[in-house]
Formats: sequence, C-alpha cells, structure tokens
Amino acid sequence: MSGQNPEIDAEAAVLPRDLVDDARGRAPRRPRRHKHRPVWEEEPSGIGQMTKAVILSVVVLAVLFPLWTVVVTSFSTTQESIQAGGLVVVPGDLTLNAYKQILSGGVVTRAALVSVGVTGVGTVISVVVSVLAAYGLSRPGSFGHRPLLFVFLITMFFGAGMIPTYLLVSSLDLIDTYWALILPGAVSAFNVLILRNFFMGIDNAILDAARVDGAGEWRILGRIVLPMSKAVVAVVALFYGVGYWNAFFNAMLYINDNTKWPLQLVLRSYVLQGVTLPGSGTGQVDVGSGAVTGMPVKMAVMILAIIPILLVYPFVQRHFTKGVIFGAVKG
Amino acid sequence: MTVPAIAVLVVFAYVPMLGNVIAWQDYSPYRGFLNSPFVGWANFERVFTNPAFLHAVENTLTITLFQLVFYFPVPIFLALLLNSVLSPRVRTAIQAIVYLPHFFSWVLVVTIFQQIFGGAGLINQTLHTHGADHTVSFMTNPDTFLVLITSQAIWKDAGWGIIIFLAALTTVSPELYEASVVDGANRWRRMWHVTLPALRPVIVLLLILRLGDALTVGFEQLILQRDAVGSDVSEVIDTYVYYQGVIYGDWSFAAAAGLVKGVVSLALVLGANKLAHVFGEAGVYRRA
Repeated sequence: MSGQNPEIDAEAAVLPRDLVDDARGRAPRRPRRHKHRPVWEEEPSGIGQMTKAVILSVVVLAVLFPLWTVVVTSFSTTQESIQAGGLVVVPGDLTLNAYKQILSGGVVTRAALVSVGVTGVGTVISVVVSVLAAYGLSRPGSFGHRPLLFVFLITMFFGAGMIPTYLLVSSLDLIDTYWALILPGAVSAFNVLILRNFFMGIDNAILDAARVDGAGEWRILGRIVLPMSKAVVAVVALFYGVGYWNAFFNAMLYINDNTKWPLQLVLRSYVLQGVTLPGSGTGQVDVGSGAVTGMPVKMAVMILAIIPILLVYPFVQRHFTKGVIFGAVKG
Repeated sequence: MTVPAIAVLVVFAYVPMLGNVIAWQDYSPYRGFLNSPFVGWANFERVFTNPAFLHAVENTLTITLFQLVFYFPVPIFLALLLNSVLSPRVRTAIQAIVYLPHFFSWVLVVTIFQQIFGGAGLINQTLHTHGADHTVSFMTNPDTFLVLITSQAIWKDAGWGIIIFLAALTTVSPELYEASVVDGANRWRRMWHVTLPALRPVIVLLLILRLGDALTVGFEQLILQRDAVGSDVSEVIDTYVYYQGVIYGDWSFAAAAGLVKGVVSLALVLGANKLAHVFGEAGVYRRA
C-alpha cells in the first residue's frame, strides 16, 4: 500500500543506507544478516539474544532432562541405581534386564496387553462410529439434520456427571469388563465435529456426480469421501487412541479386578504409590544376584507407557504442522 | 449412518442425565431408581450447607484462579518468544520437544514429578550426596501444593498452548508489521499494537473454554495426589463427588453435588460466550 504513493519514498527512508545501491551502481555492502530476518526488522541486541537463548534452553531442558534420567535409569543395573541413590543421570553399566523382567509375562506384561487391546478395539469402534455420524451430519438439509446435530452439541456443554454414569455402567453389568473402558467414552462430539467440518468442505458437485452415476451413500463414503479425508481421519484416530491409552480413572472406577488393570493403573500402583510388584522383586534390594530390581524396573514401566506415544509422535508432527487440527478447531 | 453414534450418546450420555433424578431421591442400589423414595430438595440443602463441600468449592476456585494468573500467560509468552526465533528448523525442533508431554497421561506426569521432586527423588538424592540431612518434600507439602500442580500443568500442557498461539501468529499479515515500522513503531510497540491484537480472538476463545472448565480443574491430576498431600488442599468438587458417592456410597448426595457443578459449569460457558459476543468476539459458537 505504502509503495503506491510516489510522494512518500517510505522504503528509502527506512532502509539502512548500506542496503541501497550507491550512485556508482556497485552492489551494496551488506551487513551479516540472518537470512530469515525481514528487512524492516532491527538487529536484535546481544543481551536480548542471550536471554532468549537461555530461556528457550531452560524450557527444552525442563522437558528433556527428566525423560533422559528415566530412560538411562531403565537401562541401568540395580547396583548402578543404588550407587546413584535412585535415578541415574550419567549412563554407566547398561543392561536390558529391567525390560526382560517386566516383559517376561508378569503383571506389567498383562497390563500392557490389556492397554493395547482396549486402545486398539476402542479406537476402531470410535473412529468407525464417528466417521459414520460425521458423514450423516455433513449434509445440511438432510432429514433431522439440526436436531441430530444438537444431540451431539449438548453433550459438549453438559455432562451427566460421574455418579449417574457409574450407576448406569454398573446396572448394565459392565463393571470389571473391558467394555466399561470403551463404551462410555466411545463417541466424542468434539471429534465428530472435526470430521464433520472436514466433510462439509468437500465439494458437493463431486458427490452429486457420483450419485448421478448411481453410487449409494455407503459407496460415496467409502470410495470418495474417505480417500479424500485420510489425514483428518488419522488425526481423529490419534486423538481417540491417545485418549484410550492414557485413561486411568475409568479403570479405577470400573475395574476392581486387578488382573484386568490397564498399564496406567499398574503404573500408578507400582510406580507412583510404590506398592510391591508381585513376582518382580520391586521394592526389595537385591544386589547380589544381579537381577534388576527397584528403580530400573519402575522406570522401564514408565518407558513402556511412553513408547506408543513416541511411535505416533512423528505422525502428529506432520499433520499438526499441516494445520489439519486448527482448521477444524477454529471451524 | 448417525444411528450408532446417537445410540452410544443416548445410552451413555442422555440416560445418565436422566439418572440425575436420584439427586431428588433417597437412592439406594438395592431399591433402584424406580423404588427409591423422593425427598424433594433435601439433598441439595445438604450439599449447600455442607462445610466439606463448600471447602472443596473454595479449593476448586483457588486452583482455577491461581492457574489463570500463573499458567495461562506462560504459553502466550513462550509463543511470542519462539515466534521471534528466525531459523525455522530450530523453531520446529523446540516446538516438537515442548508439546510432547501433552500426550503423556497424568499418571506419567505425576510419576515423573515424583521421581524428580519426591522424597526419594533426584533433587533430594543430590541434596543427600552433598550432605543435606533433611528431606525437602515438594510433593507432600500442602503449603506449596498450588505451585506444584501449576508447574505440572505447565510442564504438561504449556507446549500445546504454544502451538495454538503460534498458529494464530502465522495468520498476522507481514504488511501490518511493515506498515507499523514505516510509522516508526519499535519492537515493543509492534508487539502491543499488532501481535497481541492478532492473538485476542484465540485468547478469548481459550478463556471461555477455561471458564467452562473452571469447576473441573485437573481431576485426574488431583486424585492421583490427594493421598500424598492430604484432602485439605487437594479436595476439589470432582474428587469430593467421587469419594462421597463411589467410596462412601452416599449416592444421592454425591449426585446432587455433581449436578450443581454441571449446571453451574453450563451457565459459565453460556455466560462467557454471551460476554464474548457483547465484546464483539466470535466466541466458541455463533448464533445460527
């Protein structure tokens, strides 16, 4: 805008002298500037840059350092951990024994399998049901469109409460079943709306063309809509998956039988609350036999709970930077 | 196609809503919903005159307010800082690291804090090897509990907040900055007159969402630490409802307390949204 007015040569007034070609047409003598710095931005002060670097380093370290000690401790021998007084910061004697111990078929192995099962089955159910609902809701003007949309919206603003939900689950005889960990939270209105928003962005002309060619709604959803929406469906699957994997309170409410506990609840009892892990020797000091006990085992359980998150993380990265989520959230 | 989802919601969201009828009953699991006698507003009267419930409300509001002041601005500040980092590679790397804990469970986050700050954690471990003779109990001290849970919240979720604010910052047109430079605005004036106004809709949106959650403060986070620190500072409305209902079996009373919370939360969201409209912001939803 400013450049259009010939009377005000704003650019020349603002740009540093050495950026403007001099009279003899020589290339300007450029100062060393960061290649991404906009031309109008002033050079930062040294102190400012230092402060920024220090703050950001502290922030990054605050996240990474605890994870580092947990990882190192989980790979350490018991002696190493006892010598360090608990957590190991500098890697010394490394071993896989802690992992061998928790994965050799005890409480932790079973809990991990329960978590994997609940997360897998739950995510599939949630995604299928949500995609169907979102597609159904994505065609304004279809039968009962607005009232049905309201059925979803209301659940976002008003929850029934813990007590009636608990009484319902218990009267359906779902206590101590894995279904209690899946069904009550199987449909998240928020995720349905993310999907719906995306589906609504698909050009109706494409779908109409398919209809003219005789495709039914199921075929349109499976052959046209879904292939166009892979990214957003994947993100929603991720939301559901992480939710199922991380949930612990529903298991605390609904699962009394501790052989059916998911990993998060085992993590809480044996690592956070320090209850002795049956058959693993956690809590006992056993230096002589060379078996890994205590801290390394506890830390290995934590790593086990983190691994699935790390596995999906590169994927999160890719899609979040694409802005799939934010487009949907801002809606 | 919407049928399966509606079915799930009807059974697990709407039936329990009706189940709140027990708040007006003297419910016992043996008699069931149908045969428990109605007692009018007696349970609600008990709720509002119960000192323990009022104390839980007080704790809830204290935590919400404290986090609003000390947690809410953190991601905004860090996003502005990160936004000024010029190298896209460094920026992306820092982003990727700081929002990782958002995907951790609360059990994991609390456990990590315990390993670092707990009585047998890394800090005390280091203090002991350097000759300290007493243990500093960050995890069990009721006086510093607010600081503890706020730090945990920041550690877990500030990175996520950063992402949201950074996304909003990318929408600011560079022309605005150029124009303001032409008008002689320095770094700080540009932040005040260009950057922050651009963030305002997002800030308002997040504040509204937060207000709706004002009575829900970190339930999982708190119930995990209630035993360690004591119920005096960690009892919030949700943990109170859980203990009164599921643990002590006072179902009707607990349902009444939960219902009060649900209704007040709903009123808060709707009210805040209305307020946002009054101030000309989009808010969470628009009137159709």
